[in-house]
Amino acid sequence: MPAADVMSPPHQGDAPLSPALEIKALSYSYGAKAALADIELTLPQGRFAVLLGENGAGKTTMFSLTTRLFGLQAGSIRVFGHDIERQSRSALARLGVVFQQRTLDLDLTAGQNLIYHAALHGISFSEARARAHAELGRIGLADVYDRKVRQLSGGQTRRIEIARALMHQPQLLLCDEATVGLDMGSRAELLRHVRALVGERRMTVLWSTHLIDEVAPEDLLIILRQGRIQAQDTGRAVLEKTGATTLREALSLLWENA
Amino acid sequence: MSALAPYARCFVGILWRESLRFIHQRGRFAAALVRPLVWLFIFATGFHAAASLAATAPYEGFVSYETYVTPGLIAMIQLFNGMQSSLSMVYDREMGSMRVLLTSPMPRWFLLVSKLLAAVLVSVLQAYVFLGLARLQGVAPPLPGYVALFPALILSGAMLGAFGLLLSSVIRQLENFAGVMNFVIFPMFFASSALYPLAKIHETSTVLSVIASVNPFTYAVELIRFALYLRIDWTALVIAGGFTAVFLGGAIYAYDPVRGLVARVRGAD
Repeated sequence: MPAADVMSPPHQGDAPLSPALEIKALSYSYGAKAALADIELTLPQGRFAVLLGENGAGKTTMFSLTTRLFGLQAGSIRVFGHDIERQSRSALARLGVVFQQRTLDLDLTAGQNLIYHAALHGISFSEARARAHAELGRIGLADVYDRKVRQLSGGQTRRIEIARALMHQPQLLLCDEATVGLDMGSRAELLRHVRALVGERRMTVLWSTHLIDEVAPEDLLIILRQGRIQAQDTGRAVLEKTGATTLREALSLLWENA
Repeated sequence: MSALAPYARCFVGILWRESLRFIHQRGRFAAALVRPLVWLFIFATGFHAAASLAATAPYEGFVSYETYVTPGLIAMIQLFNGMQSSLSMVYDREMGSMRVLLTSPMPRWFLLVSKLLAAVLVSVLQAYVFLGLARLQGVAPPLPGYVALFPALILSGAMLGAFGLLLSSVIRQLENFAGVMNFVIFPMFFASSALYPLAKIHETSTVLSVIASVNPFTYAVELIRFALYLRIDWTALVIAGGFTAVFLGGAIYAYDPVRGLVARVRGAD
């Protein structure tokens, strides 16, 4: 595959109707312990989707497979039609990721972290510097550009991680338990910021969480339990189908009936 | 836009990050020099009277023990640097920043080679600073030897750095790194031609001589020793090149998400 592929704008070469994320017959196990079983998932473009599941449900494993940190054992994953194994560079160029674990270099400044990430995507320093200022400014952190990450709060570092994930202008943003460890105010602010990306940049977001109050009725809701998808519909449709009045109640009903 | 431009930017970015890290850890740079300086200024000086050596290639006439041991100490700097890079990879993996590197769309082999070269350049800088200080102790190779040394340092640094990369793929936790010191660094250093010529080792212990002759570190030392005196040890060159290819190939295999060892040592996340 030509090197230029890495740098081409993410939308080029994508089939217009390709789902942002398409997972087929995905299974994965750690030795004898199955983590994911026969996952089928289609995420249309331009949606905010929530992957809801308890700790250990398989959310991080699914993200690790989608980002090619793990190799596939069975099934396939496509990002905007690009196979993660055979066209991994095209697929990864379209993906932005915020990991559950903090991944910023604490000894670098916020700006340096963003520029380093951009360089890993083949973006020039001058362009990266401009984008870093713009992304930090957009999330209200313009003043931390030259501050070491070690000196920043948990909420600030999370927002910087999101800014970093947007540096190469991905089309699909994966956020794995991005609000873990944050107070209520920071959580709400972070979620509001990420939701806004869908409208402002026509991005697709897959937001993984175990917190049901992070789901809105219009979100595409994917419920993962013990490595299997239990429901895949809008929050509102899940309420209607289960006859529940709240998503918490709907979840309880789904689990009872499973 | 050149098709290679994204690769160049990525490499420069990795080198830049390693340089920043290096600047932030100036103490580490100094500490890496203290070890060989202790060997040179204390150990080798103590051995000076007892162990001046008769001529063996590439030297002509008798050489002081300090002169003999200097190439081995340069290789020691690179060995420690390679292990330090390995430690840094394990640290990055534990701290999570490795994920940022591995989710880059650049080919994984390219990312690893870039990481390796960035670390090698740091070790080359350390080697030259050490050589400058060694002149105070009378270790004065011909000046053009300093230039001839550069490619040798790149190859020996790449070999030892690639060995460190390979090791980092199988070390599960940071705590296990202490074991590497005991079971890798010291045996490699002592069972080599760093402190004594291979011919001398053979006179006293055939077993140790055999071990030294299959020890990759020996060839890093000899490559450096000959280059410093404007000569090429072809055997060392070929063997060091071969070991570099094997270690680097192993590291690339180990970091491959589908086939690699990293997945096996990682376990459930």
